[in-house]
Order: sequence, then structure tokens, then C-alpha cells
Amino acid sequence: MIARRGESNAGASDGTSVAADDAVLVDGSRIAVLGGGPAGSFFAYFLLDMAARVDVRLELDIYEPRTFAQPGPTGCNMCGGIVSETLVQNLAADGVFLSGEVIQRGIDSYMLHTDVGSVRISTPHAEARIGAVHRGGGPRDVTEPRWESFDGHLLARALGVGANLIGSRVEEVGLVDGRPSIRVHGQEPRRYDLAVVATGVNTSLLKALEGLGIGYRRPSLTKTLIREYHVGAEAIRTSLGTSMHVFLLNIPRLEFAALIPKGDYVTMCLLGEEIDNALGDAFATSKEVRAVMPPGWEPEARSCQCIPHINVRGVEKPYADRVVFIGDSGVTRLYKDGIGAAYRTAKAAARTALFEGVSEAAFGRYFMPVCRSIRGDNRIGEVAFRLTRLAQRLRILRRAILAITIEEQVRGRRPRLSSILWDMFSGSAPYGDIFTRMVHPALLWRGLLAMPGALVGRTASTLHERSTGG
Amino acid sequence: MDGTAVLGRIYADGETVARQGDVGDCMYVVQDGEVEIVAEHDGHETVLRSAGRNEILGEMAIFEHRPRSATIRARGTARILTLDKRNFLRRINEDPSLAFRMIETMSHRVRDLSAEVVELEERLRAAGALVR
Ligand SMILES: Cc1cc2nc3c(=O)[nH]c(=O)nc-3n(C[C@H](O)[C@H](O)[C@H](O)COP(=O)(O)OP(=O)(O)OC[C@H]3O[C@@H](n4cnc5c(N)ncnc54)[C@H](O)[C@@H]3O)c2cc1C
Repeated sequence: MIARRGESNAGASDGTSVAADDAVLVDGSRIAVLGGGPAGSFFAYFLLDMAARVDVRLELDIYEPRTFAQPGPTGCNMCGGIVSETLVQNLAADGVFLSGEVIQRGIDSYMLHTDVGSVRISTPHAEARIGAVHRGGGPRDVTEPRWESFDGHLLARALGVGANLIGSRVEEVGLVDGRPSIRVHGQEPRRYDLAVVATGVNTSLLKALEGLGIGYRRPSLTKTLIREYHVGAEAIRTSLGTSMHVFLLNIPRLEFAALIPKGDYVTMCLLGEEIDNALGDAFATSKEVRAVMPPGWEPEARSCQCIPHINVRGVEKPYADRVVFIGDSGVTRLYKDGIGAAYRTAKAAARTALFEGVSEAAFGRYFMPVCRSIRGDNRIGEVAFRLTRLAQRLRILRRAILAITIEEQVRGRRPRLSSILWDMFSGSAPYGDIFTRMVHPALLWRGLLAMPGALVGRTASTLHERSTGG
Repeated sequence: MDGTAVLGRIYADGETVARQGDVGDCMYVVQDGEVEIVAEHDGHETVLRSAGRNEILGEMAIFEHRPRSATIRARGTARILTLDKRNFLRRINEDPSLAFRMIETMSHRVRDLSAEVVELEERLRAAGALVR
């Protein structure tokens, strides 16, 4: 709920108010956003946009030490750089236009590669519904950036609606008389009415926040691997094209592997349990990857590599009085659409703070349901990924999957499996929704019918040639 | 079209994006170029308006299950992004603020239409055709 300073909301007649005495945002309220990645910038942008609609003037500082225009790891929030179908659509509805200066490539299809063949899964009407971006200024060897950083673009939008940028790392967060106080190196602490933690998980600050006495426990993490390869726009056009390439290979500990075409670079992205360099090399040198990359490409000749952490189990209680955790530092989607989850939690926190208040009770009642929905869905996602792992191990299953998908894509049968694979790879639908479709009797029946062919090992490469018209 | 958009699909000059009379299950956001909204009646076409970058179109299909009231057609080459009805409604259910801009768009249109009604009425009155 909103109140002007000095106005009391005690005894609200509708009885819905959960805000403690003055735990509401009013003209002049001060908000600190810790981290100017997607979660922080989305929060700032939507909070200030909504506040302007209801005529509340807020003071909002974003603390972000990175210069996103800078090439290499110092300017980058390390990720595959896929802006999901859902997020593209949500932002379009919100009026946030993403131009080709930020989106390096519009993705209109997925290619699924296995050791027994490949198949293309296209969007309806061959529409580019997914965006491929670089989060920072691009890989280390970029000399003249041709595209804008995605995170830099979002941050600029937040600054455009009135947020202030403080280009320093937050070293300490305290609570003084129940209000957050934020300190950066060499400066006196500043007091705020609300602290929004959007630092992601690759920071030591989260450990310090566990000691704040607000019941916060860091999310569970695992290591991932990203490599960038410069191959040039023309070579990308003739090899990977406008498809994201996803691999279902029998490599232990690997849950998800993809090659994502950008403007001049190809991003290799590996997710799974404690991914390391050796696993990265095993994948990069596989015959399936070589077949997709342009001729003459050398797996050793990479421009950049990083081993960031990913949040695999969200925080139980990502809020307290006047403190809220959004994006990766709180709850995110398992393996997919992390930027989309940052958008969802950021907006839920902004709506709650502005319209319901900044008390623990308000966040519990209005912000937490979105986190709970993501967490609940992740549990189903874990089962769905276990099934994918089974397919990675069992060749017969890979053959059947390929055969069914090709039937659907080439013969125009109802795309039951194709839509599941699409949503699973792109993160476009909740895992619960995907799982329900996975166990649909009609699909299971199709699977059963495909088994004899898969058993006798009808080669999928011929099926692939049919699917791509080759 | 200035070629600075990469999302959505390219429509050639004159190509139909959505047809009057079809039951729609999506709305559109123009990414690049221009489209015109055309109403067909008794074999005549009336261009209602045109729309450019970042404008929402065909949003009535999101809330009504009725045939589209007009045709959307590319004027020159245009790039258009589709927003699916089912997914969009599900997302509004979680985040009602997603509908803010659509309501804003619709309210602008009502305002424009009201102004047009007044203008037409005045023109008719001036022509002596309106008898009260
Ligand atoms: C290998 C990998 C691939 C991925 N691929 C995708 C993908 O393709 N698509 C997708 O949607 N998601 C993907 N994700 C997930 C995605 O990266 C995250 O979900 C997303 O970045 C979360 O945004 P955030 O703003 O919460 O955190 P971050 O992006 O991590 O941003 C946090 C910001 O906080 C700043 N910060 C940190 N500490 C401090 C401090 N003490 N003071 C001030 N500022 C601080 C950092 O500098 C940073 O800018 C991937 C993740 C991994 C690991």
C-alpha cells in the first residue's frame, strides 16, 4: 500500500493492509538496489515506472561496480545469453523494445543433435522469437564492440527513468533501527527504507548477508562452463545459422549443452553437476560439435572462458522486513530462463513494495507466491531433467525421440514431442506444464510405436536428411 | 524499415498479418516498419490507421473470442512479433501489471475514436446532414 510520509495506514478500512506502521514507500523513500544485473535493473525500472503512474517520487540508488561496455570478464555477468521466448514477449508487452543493437541474433529454431542424428524444431511461422545477446561488452578479444551489452542496456533504461548509479561494490549491509544501511569502500554507510539484493550468486556478499540475522541462507550452487569462439558472422550464417544447437550426448555429469550463435561469436554453454575443463574439452572435441561448427574451427582457439556458479536450489525465505532478494540471489528457474526469472521476481518485489509495503508480512504475502511457484515448478523440472538424462544414456530412447520429432516436423503431425523439446530447451513454459505433456497417453503411444524402429537401429541420419530436405 | 530489429518475422509489402473475420489467438507488436489496419465492408476497404515500431495490435483477440474486426497488413516491409494469447493470459494472471500498457493503448484508442466521432458529427452538421 502507498502512503504519503506522515500519513498513517493504521486501521485501513479494507482490512487488507499487512504493512507495519510506516513500512510503506512514500514520496522521498530511499531504496538501495545491490547489483545492476538484470534483476536489479528490472526492479529499478518497473518500480520507478509504476511509482510515476501513482505519483510517488522515490529515490533509488543502484550499486553496481561493473562497466558493462567493457569486453572480457570484468564487464560480463557470465551466461549463455539467451533471452527466452517468454521474456521477449513479456518485454514487448511492457513496451521495452529490444533492437538489433542489443539482440545480436534472432533465433527461430532449435537443432537437436544426438549421436544417432539431428533434427530441427522450428517456431510457428519461422518467427525469430528468442534473442541471443552478450551480457557484457563481449569476449576478451573484442576490439570494437558492434553490439551493446544486454545488462548495460537494461541498466541504462533504469537510469533513464530516474535511478542513480553508484559505481561501487557494496562491502557491508547492516540494519540500524530496523532500516538497512549500506557501505561501500572508503565511505560512510547510507541509510535506506528498503534494500533490494540483486547481486546474483557469484559474490561473497551473500555469505555476509547470512550473518544479518534475518534468516537468509544462500542458495545451493553448482559450477558451469562457458566458452566463446570467434568464427565471424559469415561462417555463422553458413553453419549454425539462426538456430540454437542443443546436444543430447552421453557424457557423464552433463545435463545440458548448447552452442548459441551470436553476431561474430559462438557461445558454448555447459550445465550440469560440477562441470570442469575436462568435460568442456570432451564436449568441444566430440564429432557432433565439430559437425555443427564451421569447417576449420579449432576447439582450442577460444576467445574467452569462465566457470560461473548457477543457482540450483533457491532460497527458502528470500525476504525480511525492508530487505528482499530477487533474481539469482533469491529464487530462479532451474537451468533455464534465469533472466526471465529475474524479471518475474524483480517485478513481483516492485509491485509488493509499492502497492503493499516493504514489511516482512507484505513480502511473505505478495512476493513469496511468485518465488514459491518457481520453486515448486523446479521440483517438477528436476524430474523432467532426470528423464532427459535417461535419454542421454539410452540410445534406443534417443532414436525414438528423434524418429518422433522428425515425423512431427516433416510430416506435419501434431507437434507433441516437438513442443515439449522446444519448451524444455527454451524455458518457454513451466516445467509442470511440460511434464503433463510428457506423460500424455497419445505421446506415450507414439513412443511405443517408435520403439521397434529404434530397436532395429533405423539410422536417424537418413531421417535427418529428410527433415532438412538434404 | 530501418533494419535495426531482429526479432519477429518479416512481412513483405502488402502481406496480410491477420485477416478480418478470422478468430485470433494472438496479438502483435511491430518491431520495425509500418502496418495498416484496414476494415472491409461491402467490398470497400477503409484504412482505419497505421501503426509503427513498438505499437501493440490485434489486442482485442486476447480478451474476446470473436472474429477480428479488421485486417492488419504490412505497408512496405515490416517486422512483427507475435504474442500468444494463452501464454499471455497466464502471465497476466501472475503479473497484472503486464496489462498496464495494453490498457493504456486501448484507452488511447477510445480517446482517438471519441475525437473522431466529434469531428465527424461536426462535419455532418456543417454539411447540414445532421438533424436533431
Ligand atoms: C552457464 C550459465 C548459462 C546461463 N544461460 C542463461 C541463458 O542463456 N538465458 C538466461 O535467461 N539465463 C541464463 N543463465 C542464468 C542467468 O545468468 C542468471 O539467472 C541471471 O544473470 C540472473 O540475474 P541477476 O541480476 O540476479 O544476477 P547477475 O546477472 O549475476 O547480476 C548480479 C550483479 O550484481 C553485481 N554485484 C555482485 N556483488 C555486488 C556487490 N557486493 N555490490 C554491488 N554489486 C554487486 C554484479 O556485478 C552483477 O552485475 C545462465 C547461467 C549460467 C551460470
